[in-house]
Amino acid sequence: MTTIAELPPGFADKVLSAQSTFRSVMDAMARPGSVQRIVPMAGAPAAMMRGAAAIALTLFDHDTPLWLDARMAESAELVKWLKFHTGAPVVQDTSIASFALISDGAALPPLERFALGTNEYPDRSTTLILQVDRLDSGRSFELRGPGIDGVATLQGSIKPFDLFERLRFNEALFPRGIDLVLVADDAVVAIPRTTRVASKGS
Amino acid sequence: MNAPAYNFAYLDEQTKRMIRRAILKAIAIPGYQVPFASREMPMPYGWGTGGVQVTAAILGLDDVLKVIDQGSDDTTNAISIRKFFAKTAGVATTTSTHDATVIQTRHRIPEAELNANQVLVYQVPIPEPLRFLEPRETETRRMHALAEYGLMHVKLYEDIARFGHIATAYAYPVKVNARYVMDPSPTPKFDNPKMDNCAALQLFGAGREKRIYAIPPYTQVVSLDFEDHPFEPYRFNAPCALCGAENSYLDEIVTDDKGGRMFVCSDTDYCEGRQAAGHHGSLSAAPYKEKAGSHG
Ligand SMILES: [Zn+2]
Repeated sequence: MTTIAELPPGFADKVLSAQSTFRSVMDAMARPGSVQRIVPMAGAPAAMMRGAAAIALTLFDHDTPLWLDARMAESAELVKWLKFHTGAPVVQDTSIASFALISDGAALPPLERFALGTNEYPDRSTTLILQVDRLDSGRSFELRGPGIDGVATLQGSIKPFDLFERLRFNEALFPRGIDLVLVADDAVVAIPRTTRVASKGS
Repeated sequence: MNAPAYNFAYLDEQTKRMIRRAILKAIAIPGYQVPFASREMPMPYGWGTGGVQVTAAILGLDDVLKVIDQGSDDTTNAISIRKFFAKTAGVATTTSTHDATVIQTRHRIPEAELNANQVLVYQVPIPEPLRFLEPRETETRRMHALAEYGLMHVKLYEDIARFGHIATAYAYPVKVNARYVMDPSPTPKFDNPKMDNCAALQLFGAGREKRIYAIPPYTQVVSLDFEDHPFEPYRFNAPCALCGAENSYLDEIVTDDKGGRMFVCSDTDYCEGRQAAGHHGSLSAAPYKEKAGSHG
């Protein structure tokens, strides 16, 4: 059993680290496809990337039900760390989660199982935080939509391989939908529900 | 000096988290009003507590903050908000649009083109563009959900029929990303075109009404209009008396008690920058600074 004293620490400076992490995520969400850096100032459990840990410390609390994928949920240290530092209640039901943390993209549940919001309250939807291998090289994608001046290019090694095909359901759902945050170590890219993603050259 | 009894940028961390989550959803759903649990701020609602809370949630040590009220950095309201953040967050402040990373505004969008490293935060008194048609929140929410904006168009068309033009000179409604009808807050409709395809992120905070909404950068923002009556950004037909600008938004200033008047740029930073660059109007010698100071 891990004791609390043995857990990796949270932010050294809660206030300023949360602010700088938030600005990186805000810039990522405002400029889809752009790679933003999170200045890593937090410890992180082994199963969690530094960027994802910083986002958790910045945005999660007792008001944000959290869903963990199987690989994350099986780490007692990770679950304890999240509970101790954020207080976010871990839920089994994807459809009531404010956030979902996913480290095993290949086992991503069908997106329609997450909260999609309602037409009256489309903000009541799950934000997916998906850990991926790379956000600096790999397959190329073209992104269009609000926040993008014409077209943005994203390169990444991302699982599941059909992630962006699945995300196309956002187009018909709008204003409901899923917002996605990709994390590779300290790099962050956001794909809000308004972004249209195509494989480059296809 | 004693250690301050408040958190960085005044708000507690739990409140910031809640506002930050609302901001992210607002960006993801352009023009949609995200409800948030607005907090009491140490200033009256009329002073833009919604904008102040949004600014407090985003501001960091590296930011340079500009605050404008009408177009001026020197009104009581603008000075107070600037001092508030200088004191509670220790951030640098400026009156220069170019130097600012965060600009909080009431009424105006700066004349200078904004860039991708800037965030424009609007203080919004009434965020709901359909409120004058329908007082019930459940109904306006339903209308937004269904994009049922026909009544809004009828009202604007009635304005044309009655006044020969669209009378709504301020808070003129826009459609964001071809979906949500949004109130641009009390900005003059002259400024509406600046919202379209803007490089800066635009965030809107309404404190009393507890709403946050956003326009991401490079997003289409269209002022509602009609084929036979296209949208026209209204402007006094005169050059600025101080800097000679022909395309800036003008305030009408009473210059004496004999009915003397002049028109000057409402954006004081823009006007002063033009004057410093050698541009002149018909009244360039006028004591412009006194006008700004006379607001108290
Ligand atoms: Zn001028």
